[in-house]
Amino acid sequence: MKPPPFSYHDPKTVSEVIGLLSTLENAKLLAGGQSLMPMLNFRFVQPDHIIDLNRVEGLSYIRDTADGMEVGAMTRQRDLEFSALVEKKFPLMHEAIQSIGHRQTRNRGTIGGSLCHLDPSAELVSCAMTLDATVVVTGPKGQRDVAFADFPVAYLTSAVEPDEVLTAIRFTAWPAKHGYAFIEFARRHGDFAIVSAAVLLTVDGAAKITRAAVTLGGMGVAPVRAVELETALIGKAPDEAFLREACESCRGFEALDDVHAPASYRQHLATVMSRRALEKAYARATGKA
Amino acid sequence: MGQTRKIALTVNGKRYEEEVEVRVTLADFIRHQLGLTGTHLGCEHGVCGACTILMDGLSARSCLMLAVQADGHEILTVEGIAPSPDKLHPLQQAFHENHGLQCGFCTPGMLTTLIEFLRDNPDPTEQEVRIAISGNLCRCTGYQNIVISALDAAKRLQAEAEQKA
Repeated sequence: MKPPPFSYHDPKTVSEVIGLLSTLENAKLLAGGQSLMPMLNFRFVQPDHIIDLNRVEGLSYIRDTADGMEVGAMTRQRDLEFSALVEKKFPLMHEAIQSIGHRQTRNRGTIGGSLCHLDPSAELVSCAMTLDATVVVTGPKGQRDVAFADFPVAYLTSAVEPDEVLTAIRFTAWPAKHGYAFIEFARRHGDFAIVSAAVLLTVDGAAKITRAAVTLGGMGVAPVRAVELETALIGKAPDEAFLREACESCRGFEALDDVHAPASYRQHLATVMSRRALEKAYARATGKA
Repeated sequence: MGQTRKIALTVNGKRYEEEVEVRVTLADFIRHQLGLTGTHLGCEHGVCGACTILMDGLSARSCLMLAVQADGHEILTVEGIAPSPDKLHPLQQAFHENHGLQCGFCTPGMLTTLIEFLRDNPDPTEQEVRIAISGNLCRCTGYQNIVISALDAAKRLQAEAEQKA
């Protein structure tokens, strides 16, 4: 249970990071360390070089923008948790963060690390997917934007190339009076969710849904948007019977089959979690919660 | 021995300058190199919480950090909690009087976690305490007396603060 030998680098600037990534073989970026360090301790990963991002300047910030916010990749989950801006403009994220691990891990864990590690149940990955975030990736050829829908490539694998580093994430806020909910099913508080659901909704004057985003976490190799369910909600003022019926479509997603739960159980949970999250979000959108 | 680095840090108010292998975790550095064995290692992958320390006042799992990352920072371990060798901190006193520990293995992590929590949330509910220690595993107590101790400590700390004011 000790990390294997590696060379350690602690660059001070993003360009130094890119320089190291371009020249070093088998290098791994160390952000908050709440996933990489256990993997090193277990020797699941055996990098020759660790490039520590913790002393890189200018990567930790939460910036208010005209249409939302931009967050630096090394911003700690703790900083998002206690940010008044996040709570006001992105209540979904504020709610989701309460379920990320524990205070001790949120003090270290970063948003960029969480997105790049891309755990299927990761709360911030689900938030980014629901909010259609844009990921800013920096490499030897400069910066490029990646739409979050294109960000997950495979299990625990993002669209960030080996010579690139995620530097910022841009989020567009929903209208001030939107409904939101993040709920997850886990055996204990702070455990990895078996299935989670994130929901954003807007309604019109007649309480009919005008826009919906629903993401299921913990199901497949990465969180997925429940597009069929989102479409079915438009124009509806859903009651419980309607939601029970509509959320059945979530049973159709492919699901992981592992020691925590069989696939059929996750598929069942997907129908339950999506309905409960929609009920909560709709109550909030219509001012009933 | 692999690559090493010289680091300077403060642990429990004392300044250390040490040469450390870069792959050594902060937990192992604190225990083996500084000889402060109050910080316990249960799982070594961030699940049990026994190795919790405070870095610059914020709790962190010392098994999930490299010692080199603590260079220039201030660390508090369980050894640094008590105000003097013959006087317990109110939180420790509360654990002592409420039977808040049995084997004591999880206690260093419980104490460091609760130091931060009670500082940020001086008047918590029982549910808030349970969530605060959800990242600290105890296999003896069933948590009941730990929760009672934490709530009792909150009262003691508040009384102490009022006395000072």
